[in-house]
Order: sequence, then structure tokens, then C-alpha cells
Amino acid sequence: MERAALIGSSLCYLFALGHTLFSLFKGRFRPGRFNVAAVAAGASLQGWYLTLLGSQLHACPIRTLPQVLVFLGWSIALFYLAIGTSYRLSLMGAFTAPVVLLLQVAAVFIPAGEIDPVRGVDPWIETHASLSLVAYGALGLSCIAGLMYLVQERQLKSRRPSAIFHDLPPVITLAVTVRRLLLAGFVVLTIGFAAGFLARTPIPNVKICFSALIWLLYAGLLADSLSGRLGNRRTAQGAMLVFLLALLLLPVIQRLSTLG
Amino acid sequence: MNILCAGINHRTARLDVRERFAVATEEAPALLSDLSSVEGVSGAVVLSTCNRVEIYASSLCPVRALDGFRKILSARTGLEAPLYHHDTPYAVRHLFRVASGLDSMVIGETEILGQVKKAYSVASEAGTATRTMHKLFQHAFHVAKSVRTETQITSGPTSVGSVAVELAEKIFGDLRHLRVLLLGAGEISERTARSLQSRGVRSSVVSNRTYERAAQLAAEIGGMAIHFDHWDKAVADADILISSTNADGRLVTPEKLAPVMKGRGERSLFVIDLAVPRDADPAINDMEGVFLHDVDSLQQIAAESLVIRQREVERCESLIESHVGGFMKWLQSLHDPEWQR
Repeated sequence: MERAALIGSSLCYLFALGHTLFSLFKGRFRPGRFNVAAVAAGASLQGWYLTLLGSQLHACPIRTLPQVLVFLGWSIALFYLAIGTSYRLSLMGAFTAPVVLLLQVAAVFIPAGEIDPVRGVDPWIETHASLSLVAYGALGLSCIAGLMYLVQERQLKSRRPSAIFHDLPPVITLAVTVRRLLLAGFVVLTIGFAAGFLARTPIPNVKICFSALIWLLYAGLLADSLSGRLGNRRTAQGAMLVFLLALLLLPVIQRLSTLG
Repeated sequence: MNILCAGINHRTARLDVRERFAVATEEAPALLSDLSSVEGVSGAVVLSTCNRVEIYASSLCPVRALDGFRKILSARTGLEAPLYHHDTPYAVRHLFRVASGLDSMVIGETEILGQVKKAYSVASEAGTATRTMHKLFQHAFHVAKSVRTETQITSGPTSVGSVAVELAEKIFGDLRHLRVLLLGAGEISERTARSLQSRGVRSSVVSNRTYERAAQLAAEIGGMAIHFDHWDKAVADADILISSTNADGRLVTPEKLAPVMKGRGERSLFVIDLAVPRDADPAINDMEGVFLHDVDSLQQIAAESLVIRQREVERCESLIESHVGGFMKWLQSLHDPEWQR
């Protein structure tokens, strides 16, 4: 049953992506309901999948790398539904769907590996892991908004903007969105880290170092950006680079967690 | 019942002729009354815009109605009315095309729909919009809405001013609190400034080599004039810089803007260079937070919008055709004894 939910949600994101590509190709893109509906359906099915899995495991379903990727994709989709729609960020759904789909496809093809033995035992570890993934949902969406910022900035600086220019939001809206998502993600990430330190279970030093590196990079990025030392373009680039680095380190951190 | 359309437009009559036939809102009720008193005419609507004067009427005998319209308009203007005319179903198709902006000088312009609605409302108040005219115009409004939402006929800006407005909106979002600095007081920069003001820009500063001209333009657009020597200080407060001077060299350079941009934080600067030869060094476009567009790029964007609109015409025509069919079915049902019963 859970497999059907996972396939169903992947299809929803695939529909959103296909619809966007088809509309853009035809030059008739109208941002709005379809992408929101598709992402909402995809997120619901992901939520159902995670619930089924959680009830089987009697713990938060983030014990293997594929589960972590699905949880991360779900967090990004939820943040999109909360923020992308309220700020009327047309096209954000179109950018969100492929990222979540990519995570989901990776979750299907990556071998499950060893199951993290500690989670489900220590509630602080459980809180730390789930809050960190929720934070990465916001930070992932800031990466998407950053990409949209760079695309729109390029369009505005170009002498011949393409059709996508008309559908993307103003750069100022995207710059504000990147900063807000960075701030929201950073706050949740910090709480998640604090929960990790309250855990009774010992955490490997290398894992702490990697996590601290990501936290410090986000803290520096946010401090420079909010103080005005970093312009909108560099903030957008920073949001993308740090998230991609975090994504690359995720398997390493996951592996270190399973080693206990 | 037949639908008749008779009129002149920008393709069939010069501006000086159209001026003579134009109908002011206060003159419309009397003219509508005259038109509907023509033998065989049951209802009439007059559409008068800067590009067209058209009469839409429901009539049992279109030939006699057309003759009557010619006489009324000739008597009114003292000119022989060079009217084109369409009968059912061509008149129906014509109104649908007009309301959708397909018959406009700038294809896809949306102002025409408001003018058609106004014409219909004036006729309704004058009591000359019959059931058939009511149905026809309601159908036209519906068609115009469908064409607008289902195609890209209104896509993109089509003039230098509207391109500047769209670019500004894509940089700043809300234009209401923005400040514009006009460097040079040329006509095109004035028009562009007015386009921005029409979208909410409140504050304008004008700087020109001749201070008196700057003061004159500032008074006209409700702004403030400053001496030309001080423009580089004023740019620190500006969000949009419109430049159109006759300077020999480059006025707006990376060296001049670098200190300005440093102190602005996240605020962007949109430079619209309307001068030929150009006032702005193209290298400023590479600076973070600076967006530069010149006459060529603005005109290119406008031209591309028109190409997109042109490509959509075929889709609009087929959409309109299906609606003409729907309306004709309704019109024929009026004569169907089964339906009338």
C-alpha cells in the first residue's frame, strides 16, 4: 500500500512537471491552480506514505536514506504550499515539482542500506532528525527561489527576455522570499540541532562537524545577507550552493548515523 | 431579424474624417434615437473611439437601414459617410473581433472592451438596446473574455512606455513608492515617465542642461527640477533613471554608479537609456542590482510581443468562429415557431 502511495505522489509531481513543460513549450503557461493542486496531491500521498511507514516502524520514518529523501521532498512541498501560494509566487510550483520528483526518484533507486538503529529509542534524536529535515525543506525551497531569482535576473539583464520572463515574479519578491525561507529554515535547523545536543545517545564527532559546518555556512550567509553585506544575487547563489552541499553531505551524515 | 454593422475605422478613414464622425457621450442618446427611428430598425448601439465609429443595429431590412444611417450621418457631419457595412453573420463576427481587440490598431489591446461596454451601457440607458442587441453584446463581452484568457493575444507590452513599465514591475513589483530621475527632458522620456506614473510611481525629479526646460517638465508631470550638475547625487535616491540627453560621451558609467550602488544595500536601479547616442555605458548592466535597457532593447521586446500576438490571431479567430455559430443558433431560434411557443 505504501508503495502505491509513493508511486502515486511521484506521478502527481510528474504531471505538474509535464504540464509546465508542455505549457511553456506551447507558450501558453498560466501559473496557478494546476501546479498547486498537483503538488498538494503529491504532498498528501507522500504524507500518507510516511504515515503508513511510521506506523509500521513505530517511529519517525527517517531511518534509511530513501526515507530521508522522501521526508525531505515532503517538507519542501509543504513549505511550497504554505509560502509559494500565499506569496503568489507563480511558477514556484513548476520549479518545486522537479526537485521533489528528483528526490523521490533517487529514493526509489538508492539502496536502503543499513537501518539507523538508534532512532525510535531516543525521542530527542527523533526530534532532532525530523526538525532538521523540516528545516531542510525550507532551505530547499530557498534554493529553488534562489534559482528563480537568478533566472529572472538574467532575463531582466538580457536584451531579449524569453517567454518565461512574463511568468516569473519580480526579482525583489524572489529576493525577499529567499531571505525569509533562509531565516525560517535556519531557526528550525538551530532548534533541531539543540535537540540533538539534548539526546542521551552519543553522536559521532564527524557528524557533529559536518552538521556544524552546514549550520555555520547558513549562519554566515544569513548574517551577511541581512546586514546588507551580501547583495540579492550573492544571497541567491549562496542559498543554492549551501543547500546543494548539504544535499551532497546528507548520505555521509546518514551513513555516520547508522554507524552510531 | 438581421444584425447590421456600419461604420468607419482607422483603416478606411483618415483621422480628420474620423474626427468629424466621432460621437461624444452627451451626443449619443440623440443620435441613437435618430438611428432607431429609421424604418425597419428596432435597436441600435453606437461605438465611438479614436479609431472607429460604428453603428450596430437590429433590423428587418438592412439595405433600408443602411441608407437611413448614411443620411443621418451625412446630415450630422456635412460629409458623405464612407461607411463600410456588414450583415449577419459577418456583423456578429465583426463585433466579436472588435471587442476582442483583433480589429484594433495594436492587436490585442484591451481598452476597446471597456469602450464597447460603455457604448452598450449608453444605448441601454437611451432605451435603444433591444433583446437582440442585449444578447449580442453580452455574447461579445463573453467572447472577449474567453479570447483574453484562453489565448496570448494580450501578451506582453507593445510600446516603449509599456515595456519600461513591465520591466520596472518585474524588478520592483509594486511601483507606488518608487522615485524616478529624468536625465534630459525629451518627449520620449516624458512619455515613459508618464507611463510609470500611470502605474503608481509618485515621485519624479527632472534634470536637464537647460534648467528652465527641466522646471517646465517637472511642473507638467508634478515633479521637482534640479540642476544638471547635481544629477549624480540625486541618483542615490532614485529607483529608476530615465536618460535622454544629447551628451557626446557616456554620462552613466560604472565609475559613477559604483559608489551609489554601494550605499543602496539591496535596492536595485533600473536605467532606461533612451538617448541616441547612448548615455549609459553598457558595462553598468554587469553591476549587481543594476538593470539597463536602451531604446533598441525596449523596441525589440515590444516587437516580440506583437509577433506573439500575431501568432495567436488564428487561435482567436477559430474561437470567435465557434461563438458566432452559437450566437447564430440563438438568433435563428427566435424565428423557430417551436421555440417561440
